[in-house]
Amino acid sequence: MNKVSKSPWLLHYDASSCNGCDIEVLDCLTPRYDIERFGIINTGDPFQADILLITGGVNSQTESVVKQIYSQMPEPKVVVAVGICACTGGVFKECYNIKGGIDTVIPVDVYVPGCAARPESIIDGVVKALKILDAKQASMAGDGR
Amino acid sequence: MVKVVFVLAYLILAPLLGGLLDGIDRIISARMQRRKGPGILQPFYDLGKLFSKEMIAVNNVQLLLNLSYLVILMIAGAMLFAGADLLMVLFILSTADMFLIMAASSDSSPYANMGASREMLQMMAYEPLTLLIAVGFYLTTGSFQVSDIIREDVSAVLWMPGLLIGFMFTAAIKFRKSPFDLSTSHHAHQEMVKGLTTEMSGTTLAIMNIAEYYEMVLLLGIFCLFFVNSTWWSWIVAVVVCMVIFFAETLWDNVSARVKWKTLLYSCWIVTLVAGGVNILILMLDK
Amino acid sequence: MIPLLIGIPAVLAVLFQFVRNEKARGYIVYAGAGIIMLTTVIFIADWIMGGARTLMLYQSTELIDHLMTAGDIFLMCLIIYLSIKYGKVLPIILTILQTALVLYTEFTAEVIEGPHMMVDWLTILMCIIIAFIGGFICIYTVGYMKGYHSHHKEVKDRQPFFFSMLFLFLAAMFGLVLSQNLVWIYFFWEITSVISFLMIGYTRTDEAVNNSFCALWMNLLGGLGFAVAIALMAQMHGSLQLLQVVNTGALLPLMCLSLAGLTKSAQLPFSTWLLGAMVAPTPSSALLHSATMVKAGVYLLIRISPALEGNLVGIIVSSIGGLTFIMASMMAIAQNDAKKVLAFSTISNLGLIVGCTGIGVEETVWAAIFLMIFHAVSKSMLFQSVGATENTLGSRDIEDMHGLIITVPRLAYIMGIGIAGMYLAPFGMLISKWVALKAFVDSGNVILVLFIAYGSATTMFYWTKWLAKLLCFHIPRDTVNDVTRRDEYVSMFFHAATMLLLCLMLPLVAVWMVNPIVRELFGNSTDVLSMSVLTTMAIMLVSIFIVPAVMFFISRRSHREIVPIYMNGINEGDNRFFMNSYGKKEHLYLSNWYLRFEFGRRHLRIPSIIMAAAVLVIGFCLVIGGVSW
Repeated sequence: MNKVSKSPWLLHYDASSCNGCDIEVLDCLTPRYDIERFGIINTGDPFQADILLITGGVNSQTESVVKQIYSQMPEPKVVVAVGICACTGGVFKECYNIKGGIDTVIPVDVYVPGCAARPESIIDGVVKALKILDAKQASMAGDGR
Repeated sequence: MVKVVFVLAYLILAPLLGGLLDGIDRIISARMQRRKGPGILQPFYDLGKLFSKEMIAVNNVQLLLNLSYLVILMIAGAMLFAGADLLMVLFILSTADMFLIMAASSDSSPYANMGASREMLQMMAYEPLTLLIAVGFYLTTGSFQVSDIIREDVSAVLWMPGLLIGFMFTAAIKFRKSPFDLSTSHHAHQEMVKGLTTEMSGTTLAIMNIAEYYEMVLLLGIFCLFFVNSTWWSWIVAVVVCMVIFFAETLWDNVSARVKWKTLLYSCWIVTLVAGGVNILILMLDK
Repeated sequence: MIPLLIGIPAVLAVLFQFVRNEKARGYIVYAGAGIIMLTTVIFIADWIMGGARTLMLYQSTELIDHLMTAGDIFLMCLIIYLSIKYGKVLPIILTILQTALVLYTEFTAEVIEGPHMMVDWLTILMCIIIAFIGGFICIYTVGYMKGYHSHHKEVKDRQPFFFSMLFLFLAAMFGLVLSQNLVWIYFFWEITSVISFLMIGYTRTDEAVNNSFCALWMNLLGGLGFAVAIALMAQMHGSLQLLQVVNTGALLPLMCLSLAGLTKSAQLPFSTWLLGAMVAPTPSSALLHSATMVKAGVYLLIRISPALEGNLVGIIVSSIGGLTFIMASMMAIAQNDAKKVLAFSTISNLGLIVGCTGIGVEETVWAAIFLMIFHAVSKSMLFQSVGATENTLGSRDIEDMHGLIITVPRLAYIMGIGIAGMYLAPFGMLISKWVALKAFVDSGNVILVLFIAYGSATTMFYWTKWLAKLLCFHIPRDTVNDVTRRDEYVSMFFHAATMLLLCLMLPLVAVWMVNPIVRELFGNSTDVLSMSVLTTMAIMLVSIFIVPAVMFFISRRSHREIVPIYMNGINEGDNRFFMNSYGKKEHLYLSNWYLRFEFGRRHLRIPSIIMAAAVLVIGFCLVIGGVSW
């Protein structure tokens, strides 16, 4: 059976990031880091994505969006929280509108800390996520789906 | 007998060939951007993954329409490789496209609908030239039958260079290459998300991709028609030229930005008129 | 049999004036339509039993000739009266001129007596179209007019008049296609013009009156052309036979008859009237302006087309047809009113038919006849379904038909079949287009080839976007109550079934119906389409139906999770609403593309009219100047 980790397509969502991490995510696509060599495509469409990459903490406006986008992704899927805000809420944790890290809304599989997270660590996080993806696929197949 | 072999070869090999071409295209693009790029088999990994994903959909008809798109495209291609009527092949090709448009607009979703509208516009842009190509072959060889066209003594391209240039221009639409990739694109993240294919996931998208591979091979087959004649080496020439054309399309894809729909429509129509119309006129006067 | 064919509808027309009870009227319409169809079937069966030979009938008919003269004068008086009532001058001038000319010719010119009526395959085909499509439109009207008047309270209920006109129109059409003598054709021709004028003005609003007069003067101009042709034929050749016009091939009478045909089939400088005619209730649009009346113009052109091959008149007719084909299809893109789109597409398709007749060789006439058959069926079906949709939704805007497949699925299917029949492979229109393209190439007319290439692209665009609109799976805001009556469905299902049958039987239609017509017109007929192509078509057709059906069962077996559509994760509740930037719920609205600034009527109408008029005027000058080609 074909491994999903050979062609992971990712969806990048900015929950409330200051754009620092977003720039670093885009960095990964540039010739210097070139994540396409792993077969990764930045799709921007939840229907076609396997990895949900979220930057920034969840606030009251983005909460429902994160949930909905997550629900529109077909199984198997993994969530990667990029940057310290996405992991825990970061310096904004105490803000009136911030709920906290992504894991307050949806289950997160990989945490990539940093402010901003470096491209190397993002790639490392995604590669870690691929292993989880494969495991999920295997368990899906095990369920007889 | 030969016909059956050709049709079977098309039906079996076209997705493989199309996938390989797509892989090559992605590597060439990557190298043009000084990247390493994915492996050559990447499209097949993608397909495999798409088939293994959970089935989600926004309605019950999209898969049905996408499957119809695939099958009708296969019929069109099979007819071309069976040596049938070229004009009929082109008509059926546009009927197949109609199913894709229906699949996209059946979602009633903003991005897919936008993609569908643009796809219709693209059809309007390339349709005149495809008809003129069939007319050109008819004028050159006296027949719409592909089997007659390839039995000529000289290649059709000598009589219809204008149409070839026009076809290279408009084929960028069908290959979904920049600057004409308005309705959906191979490139990531854009203003209309994934356009036409926004609501397609998993198996549905995989079917769409396979259909695209069939279509790609079909178009390259029409390019071949320009060069193939009764001699055996013309087939080699045709294949080589097809590769060159495919490389040119990839190059064009990488050096140009997407145009607005008006530019697309007007430029295609004008190229059709100038390159195609003049070519046809000369053929009519001469033949 | 012939007097019955013309007489029965005429008698029924008179009868309706005295029937005020709605229910009784409904029964009479059913019975009347049934009788007309039955008579036609018997007539055709009789003719085929008799060897299917071309019949020439009624050598001397003095009494009827006098009655027709009286009829001509009555029509003239009616037009003059109505024109004075509404203060129009142009129709008066035109009608007096042409009636005077015809009367003068009839009383002064010495002509050889000849047959006045003729029965051949083309006549038979037209009779079938008139009896069956016309008959079912009448049945449709029973239900439609009830719905219409419950929707439009402001319009005075003049249904008896409306039904009278419908049946009288059928009578006139029978007369027109059966006649062979020019004066007779002219008489029926004028009747159809006047009836269409009266029907367009049914609502008596200012717009309706203006449009009806527009239709009147344009058709009268064509009638004038007809009258001139009659006078010329009588003076120059001493004959009033339509066949004689074709045989002598004199350019000027041909040109005048072509003018009549062009106005009747709403070709370009005169296409305005067909668009204006859309204000009338739908059955009249369906009957007059798609299925039969415009076909009268095309019918005349097909009759004379053997004489048009390769001469100046033929070139003019085909260029105007080609120009109309592409221009009308471009203008159709910018319309969102369903009936307007249908009107433009009618004009555009007729343009293609006219273009074919102008070339005047076997292949093109073959294509023209095929186009005519398919166009009659699918266009009348489309008009009816749009009318029913209008009564149901209260709007005939294509934008409002978003998701019709959910709200009124039956109408959506009928409309879908109609649309598919108009342009998709492998339905009949496309095969005709295939033949037309081949014939245009053979005739060496590069302009026409370009017209057809671009025109089919634009045609595809406006049909596709309509079809896409119908098939959107969008849950409607409020539930729609399908008020379409049984009468209407009877007619529409008949049309849909005919459409599908025609497609399946395509090779048979070609062999049994179209080939004999071509053979009659040209003396011989080579098979335009080889059997292998026709078989390919049939296989294609089956696959087009079977593929989605099989796919339906395959795709139904797979398990699917239904999720909301992608709207950036801000769907509110379901697929219909999203959250706007104020944090409020907003209704999703998806619009088609209309490209108004590129293909709008205001940009294209005037230039195209000027171009077509110029071609016509130059053509007339050249023909009168005696330039031979």
